[in-house]
Amino acid sequence: MQNVVLSMRALCKAFPGVRALQNVDFTLCKGEIHALMGENGAGKSTLIKVLTGVYPKDSGQIHIAGNSKEITVKSPQEAQNLGISTVYQEITLCPNLTVAENMFIGRGNYRFVNWRSMEKKTTEILAKLNIPARATQQLATCSLAVQQMVAIARSVDMDCKVLILDEPTSSLDEHEVKKLFALMRELKSRGVGIIFITHFLEQVYEICDRITVLRNGELVGEYAIRDLPRIQLISKMMGKDLEDISALQSQKPLQEVKEDAIPVFEACGLCSAAGVNAFDFKIYGGEVNGFTGLLGSGRSESVRAIFGADKITGGRVKVNGKNVKISKPKDAMRHGVGYLPEDRKQDGVVEDLSVRANMILALQVMKGFFQPFSKMEAEAFAEEYIKLLGIKTTSTDTPVKSLSGGNQQKVILARWLLTNPKYLILDEPTRGIDVGTKVEIQKLVRKLAEEGVSVTFISSEIEEMLRTCSRLIVMRDRKIVGELGGEDMTQAKVMHTIAGEAVQNG
Amino acid sequence: MKKLIAVLIAVMLVFGMVACAPQTPPAATNPPVTTETVPPGEPQAPDAATPDDKLIKVGIVNNPPAESGYRAANVADFEKVFTEANGYAVSTFYSLKNDEQLNAAGQFVTDGVDYLLISAAATDGWDAVLASAQEAGIKVFLFDRMLNADESLYEAAIVSDMAQEGVTAVGWLKAQNLDSYQVIHIQGAMGSDAQIGRTAALDAEFAAGTMTKVVQQTATWDEAEAKKIVEAVINSGDEFNVIYAENDGMAKGAVAALDEAGITHGVGKDVIIMGFDCNKWALRELLAGNWNYDGQCSPFQASVIDEMIKKLEAGGTITEKKVISEERGFDATTITQADIDTYGLGE
Amino acid sequence: MANAFKKFAKSQLAIPLFALLLLIVFNLIRDVGFFSLTITTNNNGNAVFSGNIISILNGASELAILAIGMTLVTASSKGQDISVGASAAIAGSVFVRVLRENQITMPIILAAFLASCVVAIIFGAFNGTLVAVFKIQPMIASLILFSAGRSIAYWINGGATPTVESPLLSYIGSFIPGIPIPTPIIIVILFGALVSLLLRFTNLGLYTQAVGINEKSARLNGINAVFIKLLSFTVLGVCAAISGSIAVSRIGLINHETILLDIEMDAILAVAIGGNALNGGKFSLTGSVIGAFVIQALTITLYAMKIPSTSIKAYKALVIIAIVVIGSPIVRKYALWLRDKLFKKPAKAKQTDENGEFAL
Repeated sequence: MQNVVLSMRALCKAFPGVRALQNVDFTLCKGEIHALMGENGAGKSTLIKVLTGVYPKDSGQIHIAGNSKEITVKSPQEAQNLGISTVYQEITLCPNLTVAENMFIGRGNYRFVNWRSMEKKTTEILAKLNIPARATQQLATCSLAVQQMVAIARSVDMDCKVLILDEPTSSLDEHEVKKLFALMRELKSRGVGIIFITHFLEQVYEICDRITVLRNGELVGEYAIRDLPRIQLISKMMGKDLEDISALQSQKPLQEVKEDAIPVFEACGLCSAAGVNAFDFKIYGGEVNGFTGLLGSGRSESVRAIFGADKITGGRVKVNGKNVKISKPKDAMRHGVGYLPEDRKQDGVVEDLSVRANMILALQVMKGFFQPFSKMEAEAFAEEYIKLLGIKTTSTDTPVKSLSGGNQQKVILARWLLTNPKYLILDEPTRGIDVGTKVEIQKLVRKLAEEGVSVTFISSEIEEMLRTCSRLIVMRDRKIVGELGGEDMTQAKVMHTIAGEAVQNG
Repeated sequence: MKKLIAVLIAVMLVFGMVACAPQTPPAATNPPVTTETVPPGEPQAPDAATPDDKLIKVGIVNNPPAESGYRAANVADFEKVFTEANGYAVSTFYSLKNDEQLNAAGQFVTDGVDYLLISAAATDGWDAVLASAQEAGIKVFLFDRMLNADESLYEAAIVSDMAQEGVTAVGWLKAQNLDSYQVIHIQGAMGSDAQIGRTAALDAEFAAGTMTKVVQQTATWDEAEAKKIVEAVINSGDEFNVIYAENDGMAKGAVAALDEAGITHGVGKDVIIMGFDCNKWALRELLAGNWNYDGQCSPFQASVIDEMIKKLEAGGTITEKKVISEERGFDATTITQADIDTYGLGE
Repeated sequence: MANAFKKFAKSQLAIPLFALLLLIVFNLIRDVGFFSLTITTNNNGNAVFSGNIISILNGASELAILAIGMTLVTASSKGQDISVGASAAIAGSVFVRVLRENQITMPIILAAFLASCVVAIIFGAFNGTLVAVFKIQPMIASLILFSAGRSIAYWINGGATPTVESPLLSYIGSFIPGIPIPTPIIIVILFGALVSLLLRFTNLGLYTQAVGINEKSARLNGINAVFIKLLSFTVLGVCAAISGSIAVSRIGLINHETILLDIEMDAILAVAIGGNALNGGKFSLTGSVIGAFVIQALTITLYAMKIPSTSIKAYKALVIIAIVVIGSPIVRKYALWLRDKLFKKPAKAKQTDENGEFAL
C-alpha cells in the first residue's frame, strides 16, 4: 500500500442521541477517484466533516501520506495545510472578485500582493488544467461549472493531496458535468486522490475507480467499481441483500381498486416550475399509492405539483371526474387535498406558534378569514387530536418548536386530519422519527384508507412503502419510469426499476 | 434581489433628474430629493434656451422652498419680482447642497447670464465660480447669506442679521417693563442659524440676571413638542409670564397648552407670547391680541436687488457693498391689517 | 401566586411594564406630586383634567397608534416601515388641504379624514407592494417614501405652515365640551378597541404570525402571504392617517417638515420595548402601546427635570439603552439565574425546569 494518500481507521463520532460514525475505515490511494456512497444520514457528510476538522473525532486514527505520525485535524484551515481540500456544492468563493483574486485570496501572505505575478500564475494554472476562464475575469461572469473548476484549481494549487468533491454536479447540466469530469481525470493523472460524493449513480460508474458504501454510520464495504453492479450498490446502500429482498413478501394491498371507478384525483400532463417532467397520475378512493425513487428523482416535486405548492406550468387536473383548477395550495385544500410536506421545519410547522394554533391552521384557513374559531373550539380540536395521536406535549399552548420531531410531525398530521381530507399526501412523514411513531403513522394511513381516504405516501424506506402502499410509482431523473402493483410489489423489482437499465447490465 | 434594489434606486435618481430638468442647468448631478419639490405648474422661469434679447438674463441659485416657511416666502418673493413682465428671463436652481449649487452657478456662467443671484448653502468654496463670472462680465449679487469671498467679486450682498433679530425682540421685551421676567424659552433645531441668532440675545439676559429662565428647551421647530414642553412646566407648577418661542409654529403649540390649562395670554393677560417668522396667521393672532410680539428676519430681498439691477442697467453704480435688510418686529398693540398684508408670510 | 408571578416574569409584557413602573417610581421619588391629577377650567370654559398623567397619555397618542400599525408590519414582514412619519405628514397635509377648501363642519372634517386615509392607504400599499410582491426589505422599500414623503406633503399645500382654524377641530385635537379627557386619548382607546375586535373576530392575528414566522409553511396552508403583508401595510397607512389628523388638529396647523418628526424611530422603539421581536412573528399590541407610553413618560420626565436642550437626546438614549439591554435575553437569563441563587429553596427543581425549557 505504498501509494495510499489517506487512511482512516476505526473512526467514531457520536452526537447526542445519534452514533453518526461507528468504526468506519476509509482508504484513498494516489491518483484514484473514490466514490463515497450511502443514503441520507448514512454518515457521509459526518465523515467528511471529521476529516476536514469541522467536527472533532471521538476516536480512531487518520493517517496522511508524508506524515509518519497519526494526525489530528482541528480546523478546516489545518486540513488545508495538510493538503486536504474540499469543494462544496455551493460555491464558497467570492463572486465579485476576479478569478485570480479568488485563486489567491486568504492564502497566508498578506504582506505583498503582486497582482501581475498573481495573474500570470493564475493564467498558467488555468491553461494547465484546461479551464476556460481568464485570470482577470470576474468570477460571477463564469458559468457555475467554471466557478466549480476555479474552486478546484484553487485547491489543487494549494498542493492538495486529497480533494473532496461534495455533490459538485448537482447544479450542473450534462455538458458542464463532462467538462468537470475531464478536469477530474486530469487531476487524477497528476496523482491527486479524489473523494467524490454524489447521488447520481451514472456518474459514479462513469468516473470512479472504487466505492466505499456507508449505512447508518457503519461501513458496509469497499469495492472496486467493476465488482459492484448497480443493483448491488443500491441493495448495499439500502441494507438488503438480494436474497433477502426476494424472500421478503410484501403485505397484500388493502383493497383492489375497481378499474371502472372514477378516480378521486386525476392529473394529466402535470408539470411545475420546480422542474418535474409532465406526468400523468391518478388515485382512487381508499387507495394508498406511493412515489418512490432516489432522493432528487422528483418524487417530492411531483406531489408538490399535485398540491399546487409550486407554480404550475401545465397540465389538467380532475377531482372526482370533474375538471378543476389547482394553482395554489388553497385550491387543492378546497377540493379536499391535504399535504404534509417533506421538510417539516421549513415547510411544515410554524415554530413559535402553539400546538393548538398549528393544528387548527389549515382548517381555520378553509373556514375563512372572518370566522376564527373560538378559543374553546380550538382547544377542543387540539385536545381531541392530542389524545387520538398520542402527542406528547405539556399543554396545547406549548410552542410547537419545543416538541420532539415525531410529535411535531403528528401535530402536522393532526392539522390535515382536522380538515377531513378526501385525499392526503404524506411526503416522508416518517423521516427522522422514532420507530414507535413510524409504526403508528403507518397504521394510521391504513386506517384512513379503510375509511375511504386516498393517500399518497412517500418514504425513503422501500420496505415501508411496500408495507403501506398498494401501488408504487417509480421515478428517476424527474421522470416517472415505471408503475408497480400487485405481484410486482417486491423490493427487488422496485430496486431494478429505480436502477433502470442496470437490470440488464448487471 | 440586490440588483433589483439597485435598479430601483437608479430609477429613483433618474426620476429625480427628470423632475429637475426644467429648472436645472444640465450639468447638475444627482440632485437631492428636495429639488423635486418645486411645485410644478407654478410660474416657473422661462427656458434659458429661448432667450428674448430684450430681457435681462438672470440666474438664481437658492435653497429649495421646502426648506422652511422663510425660504418659501423668499422664493415666492423672487418669483414675484423677477418676471418676464418685469423684463427678466430667469433660470432658477434649488439645492441644499453646496457642491450642486456650485455646479449650477458654473453652468449659469457658461450659459452666459447677465446677472447671477446667489443664496449659498455653505459659505466656502465660491471664489473660483465668482472669479469666472467676473471674467465673463457677469455681475453677481449675494442675498440672504454672506459668502467667504473677496468683496470685489460681487456687486453687493443683501443679507439678514439673525443676531440683530434676537436683539430687537429682547429689546422689545425689556421695554414692556414687567416687574419680573420668568421666561419659557422654546428653541428651534439646535445649531441652526435662526436658533443661534434668536437664542443669543435672550441668553445674555439670563446671564445678566435681568430675566429668569424657567425652562430652556428645544422643540426642534415642532409645534407639538413645544406644547409638551409648556405642559410639563404647567404641571410642575412653576410660575412664568413670558413664552419666547423661536418660531410661530412653536408659539402656537405653546398657546395650545395654555388654552388647555386655562391660562390667559396676549395683550394685558397673564402670559406674554412671542414668536418669529411673521406668518400671516401669526400676525392675525397679534391683531386679535392673543399674542404680543412677532419678529421677522426679512425674506424680501428681491425688490432691493431689482432696484440695483435697474440702476446698473441705466448706467448707474452701486455704492454699498453690504445691505442689511431691515429686521422688523411687530407689537400686538400697534400692528395693522396693512402690516399683515405687506409683511406677512404665506397666505 | 408565586406561579402567577413567574408566569408574568416570563411574559412579553414584563419588560415594558417594568420600565414603566421604574419611570413612575423614579418620578414619585423625585416629586411626590408628579402624578397628581387636577381639574382646571380651560380657556373655552370647560372643566378638564390636567396633570402629568394626562400629558403622557395625551402626548403618546400618535405614537401609540403608529406603534400598533408598526407592530403588525413588523410581525408580518420581518422588518419596519421607516416612512410612517412622512406618510403621516402627507396624510396630515391632505387633511389640511380638504379642510382649507371647505367651510369646516363636522361632515367635512370626516370627509377630510377619509381623504387622508385613502391617500395614506395608497402610500402604505405602495410600500406593501414593494415588500410583499417584489420582496424588498421593508426598511429599504420604505426608504423611498421616507426621503420623498415630506416633499410630497409640501406639494399638497404648496406652502409652508398652512393653518386651519375651527373650534370643531379643537374638539378632536383638544377637548370635546363636557368631556374632561383629551380627545386624542379617547381616539387611542377607540382605535385600540377596534383593532382588538379585528384581531378577535378575524384571523388577522393568526395569519400575520404564521406569515411572519414561516412564510413557506403559511403558504402551504393556504394563507395568501402577499395579501397579509399588504394588509399590514395598509393598516399602518390608516394609523398614519389617524396620527397625522390628530397632530394637525392639536395645533391647527401643519409644518410638513416637522410634523411627527422622527416618529418612525420612536414607533420602532415602542415595538421593541413592547417585547416584540423585530424580525417578525409573535406580537403583542398591548406591549407596543405600553412601549409608546414608556417613551412619552420618559420625554415628559426629562422635560420636567429641565434637562438642558443640548443634552436631552443623550439622556433619552441612555435610558433607552438601559431598557433594551434589560429586556435582552441574556440579561433575562442572568436575572433568572440570580433569582434562583438568591432564593435558594426551590433552586434545584426550578433549575431543571428552566434548563428543560431552554433545551427543548
